[in-house]
Amino acid sequence: MSEHRIRFTLNGAAVDVTVPAERLLVDLLRDDLGKTGTKDGCSVGVCGLCTVQVDGMPMSACLLLATQVDGAAIRTVEGLASPLQEAFILEGGFQCGICTSGQLVAADALLRAKPDATDAEIADWQMGNLCRCTGYYGIARAIARARDAR
Amino acid sequence: MRPFDYLEPETLDEALALLANDPDDTLVMAGGTSLVILMKQDLIRPARVLGLRRIAELRAIRTRGGGLDLGALATLGALARSPAVRSHAAALASTFAGVATVRIREQATLGGNLAHADPAQDPPVTLLALDGVAVARSRFGERRIALGALFVDLFETSLEPGEILLRVELPPLPAGARATYKKFLPATLDDYATVSVAAVVATDATGACMHARIAVGGAGPVPLRAREAERSLAGRRLDDAAIREAAALAAAATDPIDDLRGSAAYKRAMAGVWTERALREVA
Repeated sequence: MSEHRIRFTLNGAAVDVTVPAERLLVDLLRDDLGKTGTKDGCSVGVCGLCTVQVDGMPMSACLLLATQVDGAAIRTVEGLASPLQEAFILEGGFQCGICTSGQLVAADALLRAKPDATDAEIADWQMGNLCRCTGYYGIARAIARARDAR
Repeated sequence: MRPFDYLEPETLDEALALLANDPDDTLVMAGGTSLVILMKQDLIRPARVLGLRRIAELRAIRTRGGGLDLGALATLGALARSPAVRSHAAALASTFAGVATVRIREQATLGGNLAHADPAQDPPVTLLALDGVAVARSRFGERRIALGALFVDLFETSLEPGEILLRVELPPLPAGARATYKKFLPATLDDYATVSVAAVVATDATGACMHARIAVGGAGPVPLRAREAERSLAGRRLDDAAIREAAALAAAATDPIDDLRGSAAYKRAMAGVWTERALREVA
């Protein structure tokens, strides 16, 4: 019922919007701000499709009220410019594409937090970004390739 | 999601005052991972949600003597990375590091995890074995609640309307204590455990057991202390016979239900198996 003015940065650009208390971040991004690269999948924080970075760390936009990111720096797939994207192409890190933006955003968060991430850490951070098509090897190879290219 | 009013106080005193205005119809939100799902699925319909995120003092993780205070707003990720948590008990840090996925750990908090009182959750089990005490405050004062008394039933705690969970206090561990947390994950690593077991043990110079705590998760409406199993180890060497006997007593103490993760009988048997494995690790 209540409305809230929130301010945050989205891929580096300032956002200043007023939202109802129950507005979810994923809906704000997609429906109000037109950033449809962030997908809404399971809606219960399990599948990873809606992964965004909040102050650098990956979170599920389907589990966050928009009010919770007031003051934060949000990054979505639209804001990525990373060797990861080229690596996903070279290593065949996707097939149907539905999970790809979440995979990229999560992998980018990992390589920012841990530029020398081990293969085990890559697997750990991939967990919960579900892919129905390819299995995970191509994605893991792509992340490792981007890591090694740094 | 149904509409609600959202309140986001800057201080704890302000939060307690807002909560006292309508304690029965105001839900306290920490990270929101569970609360948002429950609201989306229309399982709860709060008139007001009180977000704690601006109350920075509740995020603190501090050593206190040989003990440790864990702020209710500390995220599971921050707890997993905390050197203070790791040096108190590496098993506690790895318990936090093993919850769900990185996305959940960065949003979910200790206080939310405890107040949600899901008996399949990991942190309550290890914290129970470490003799954790919850500290809650209302406008009428502060209350200390041993974790064994915090969990009342499935998704139900002894927190009163008007109370906010502030922190969990862990006492110093006995000298030489060894701790472990083991969970049985037959499906995927980010699943809830079928059963899980935390064990904390200390022995004297002769190998006699001077301190034993065994807690079991996923095997009853609340995380359980296996007190008879603990008592059976007192003063004994942790040999094969002692460990098997304690494991059987721990299994007998469980009260599981049939669900997607197994039948009650299977979970009870697995509680015994994983208690045995946990005790072998710390013996």
